[in-house]
Amino acid sequence: MTTPTFARSPVTARTWPFLTDLGVGLCGLALFFAMAKLGAYWLARPVPAVTISHSIRALPLYAFYSIVRIGIAYLLSLVFAVGYGYIAAYNPRIEAWMIAVLDILQSIPVLSFLPGVMLAMMALVPSHQLGIEMGSILLIFTGQVWNMAFSFYSSLKSIPREMLEASRIYRYSAWQRFWQLEMPFAAIGLIWNSIVSVAGGWFFLIACEMFVLGERDFRLPGLGSYLQTAASANPVDMHALLWGLAVLVIIIVATDQLLWRPLIAWSDKFKFEQVESATRVTSPILALLQHSTALTRLPSRAWGAMDEQMFRRFSTTRECRVVQPVDAPDKSGKLLIPILLGSFIGLAVAWGAFKAIEMIHGVTWADVRLLLMGAGATYLRVNAALAIAALWTIPVGVTIGFNPKLARILQPITQVVASVPATALFPVLLLGLIRLGGGLGVGSIALMLLGTQWYILFNVIAGAMAIPSDLKEAASVYKFTSWQRWRTLILPGIFPYLVTGLITASGGAWNASIIAEYFHIGDKTMQTLGLGAQISAATDTGRFSILLLATVLMASMVVTMNRLVWRRLYRLAETRYKLES
Amino acid sequence: MQEAEVLNQSPIAAQEAIIRADKIEKYYAQPSQNRIQVISATDLKIVPGEILALLGPSGSGKSTMLRMLSGLSTPSAGQVYWHEKPIAEAEINVSIVFQSFALFPWLTVLQNVEAPLQARGVNPVERRDRSMRMLDTVGLDGFEAAYPKELSGGMKQRVGFARALVVEPEVLFMDEPFSALDVLTAENLRSELLELWAKKTMPTKAVFLVTHNIEEAVLLADRIIVLGRNPGHIRTDFKVALAQPRDRKSEPFTQLVDYIYKVLTSPDVVPAEAPDQQAGRKVRDQRQMHYQMLPHARPGGIAGLLELLLDKGGRDDIYRLADDLGFEIDDLLPIVDAAQLLGYLKIEEGDAAITLSGTEFANSEILRQKELFRAAAVGNVLLLRQIRRALEAKSDHTVPEDFFLDMLDEQFSEEECLRQMETAVAWGRYAELFDFDAGRRRFVLPDTAEDEIAGEISAGNEDAE
Repeated sequence: MTTPTFARSPVTARTWPFLTDLGVGLCGLALFFAMAKLGAYWLARPVPAVTISHSIRALPLYAFYSIVRIGIAYLLSLVFAVGYGYIAAYNPRIEAWMIAVLDILQSIPVLSFLPGVMLAMMALVPSHQLGIEMGSILLIFTGQVWNMAFSFYSSLKSIPREMLEASRIYRYSAWQRFWQLEMPFAAIGLIWNSIVSVAGGWFFLIACEMFVLGERDFRLPGLGSYLQTAASANPVDMHALLWGLAVLVIIIVATDQLLWRPLIAWSDKFKFEQVESATRVTSPILALLQHSTALTRLPSRAWGAMDEQMFRRFSTTRECRVVQPVDAPDKSGKLLIPILLGSFIGLAVAWGAFKAIEMIHGVTWADVRLLLMGAGATYLRVNAALAIAALWTIPVGVTIGFNPKLARILQPITQVVASVPATALFPVLLLGLIRLGGGLGVGSIALMLLGTQWYILFNVIAGAMAIPSDLKEAASVYKFTSWQRWRTLILPGIFPYLVTGLITASGGAWNASIIAEYFHIGDKTMQTLGLGAQISAATDTGRFSILLLATVLMASMVVTMNRLVWRRLYRLAETRYKLES
Repeated sequence: MQEAEVLNQSPIAAQEAIIRADKIEKYYAQPSQNRIQVISATDLKIVPGEILALLGPSGSGKSTMLRMLSGLSTPSAGQVYWHEKPIAEAEINVSIVFQSFALFPWLTVLQNVEAPLQARGVNPVERRDRSMRMLDTVGLDGFEAAYPKELSGGMKQRVGFARALVVEPEVLFMDEPFSALDVLTAENLRSELLELWAKKTMPTKAVFLVTHNIEEAVLLADRIIVLGRNPGHIRTDFKVALAQPRDRKSEPFTQLVDYIYKVLTSPDVVPAEAPDQQAGRKVRDQRQMHYQMLPHARPGGIAGLLELLLDKGGRDDIYRLADDLGFEIDDLLPIVDAAQLLGYLKIEEGDAAITLSGTEFANSEILRQKELFRAAAVGNVLLLRQIRRALEAKSDHTVPEDFFLDMLDEQFSEEECLRQMETAVAWGRYAELFDFDAGRRRFVLPDTAEDEIAGEISAGNEDAE
């Protein structure tokens, strides 16, 4: 978008921007160096088993590697999410399919794919370190892409009809529609989902970096492996462990302050509101960046020139000369390609399924029974974790949400706390558990809780804040008892949000079970009965048949739960408990 | 037949419909074979020079109709034509003003107005220029850097209008444009719109207004269509002959409002004819009664303008023309309007462009010019046609001026009636359609050229019956 700025910053405010410009230049240099360094590392031969140092001096480099992985995976996710959401939203014929696929992929425990993906990537790029890296990036990608894709898709679907019509009647090209309508409209959702995704990305990254498959050590130099090495050293290197955690927290806080907050503040202008709201997120960093002449002028000028070219070119296309109906019927002439593509995908899936079933051949009934028992145990654990989380987050969340002052102070803090990946805390927590003498059976519930309670808390806070104040006032005018207040106002009010939080949390808990129920610490392996433990153990011992069966079992349980319970609750929330503004 | 229909549609000039809907329907197929009919087969025309209002109860498919006519929605059956080309293939030039404004909140006012031009590949300098001018026109000078959410509802809709008009649409669609505004703001915007329309500040040839507000329709429209529901269909379609500005308290106004109200509240009764908007009598034919305003120009002036235009290659900017002639623009405009009324020139984006008949007129010698002028006047000017017919019908071939003044004063003020008559006399004399006896205040039929004129008149009058 070319945006001629009318409000120029005054000349007196030029000293700071110069420094910012300088800073920007330095960042560019640093980026160049980093790229060179990464290239050399990635193209090096894979070391059979990377020795992970737990010296503090190695930390900055490890942290850098981890950040690059997250960054690349995130960018990939962003591009993919936008593409996927776009195609799904504008192709009614495959829309239902794409959303179903999204739904299933979202419910599959990503971690159980770790071994398969790693082996495949190693086979693809056998002679370089790049293979393992690609594997871990792919995994992080699969961990964070789905909710972003879904967010973009649902944003596109909820663009107000008249806005869409305006873009049609004024004959916008797809390009213009994308930049002036769709992207701005989806921006806020995309940013919030990016925050959630990147937090989830850390969770998986740390798990990936610690990965060991049977005899083969796939560990990658990074924060995750650093933490794990420190925890499994004998005796435990507490010093290194704490330093590692500290660096992780610093990175997360820095991301929040340097990236997300400026983005959120910036995205305020994309808020789809007709009246300006009183409260706004502010970001000093954003203000600083916006005053940097180099940053505001250069890209906008370069982009503007390119943009003009695009518009010039598109204005002669049919799309820009003839009004396209909003309800255009499908053109039947283009059926061939989807059919070909569909049958190709179908064949590939069938072949894969066949091969997989072949693999299961060696599984005995005893294995299956054990798996089912494990599934039952994990199921109970997941629900226990959800129940405990709901029990404490609902009252706390409502209190915070009803009290704007408290919310202002606590929300950023809880956000940072929540984005510290549970996987990084596992080693620490487990050490504590061992000291206390507790087993993983109950301990794993605590670990799941650690990863998932935040989703519920945030959603409850958001729900409580969204309850209109006139309803609250009505409740106090009519002197509702506190039970009445909860029953008729608060619980129904937060219900849709609570359901959303619970769905996310349940998915997260299943995923966490894979790490929570089975853990190497020092030279010991702690485990308990559970599906997650079985997946991890099968990974460790290289029993792919069990791994596959357990993964399928877990995925189908999650999908079934979604369909039978969550989907219905969600529909109920959408229809009965939606507060129309 | 064809000719008669064309004349019927537009007494101003024999122009075809800009948008023509041919038996369009809208229905939604249900899984269980039966379908939900939203709009039953409907014919509709949007012709140049009129504000057409579509009234109807909710659920009568007003908005659906608008969307089908503007090409936003494809009819389930039937076809919409844009200048007789199927609308899905035509490069149509329309705008919509939306009820919810549909402004992009993340773009400034200026960017919002610029966006449609951007889509048309207009270069940045011109884009800015045109947008700023349009913002000026709608009274948003100085607000170009504001964001829509900083503006009041009325201001937002002004941006909506600016965005709609900046592309110089041939047809301006409005979907309940004032219903999200408070009463005063809406009233204000309405009168400004009318002003733009009357002054021809916008190059728009027709306005299509969807509304559920009866008074609004009667205030603005030249023609009103009332839709019924289950499924949507046209219940009545009539012209509004009240002169602008319209007085809400005048009797014809309130009668018309009452009439529409009655039609709307008794959906099962076949609507009666629209009341005569002057005296409460039944109207013979609304279209027939609608006198266009004769611009006060002399035929010689028209000929002079056309000749000058021809010298300049057949097309020039109106303001420049006025400059060249040393005229005030207000003095030139009636001449331009008159030439336009007679079909001798067209106004396109502020330019006057001479038509074929205009060229022929300007190139002819004086007697031929008179012949051509006569044909054009009879074909396009209702009052002249009526005077001539009345003279022919009477055995003594003379009619008093008062007879026509009585008809005119139903539509114009007393002063304007006299001026209309003055112009009519000047044109009629020039065209040798009739003579006027100033002493007795009577029209008289001249002796010559009776037969050929009679032929022309009957051709022009077939629609009256």
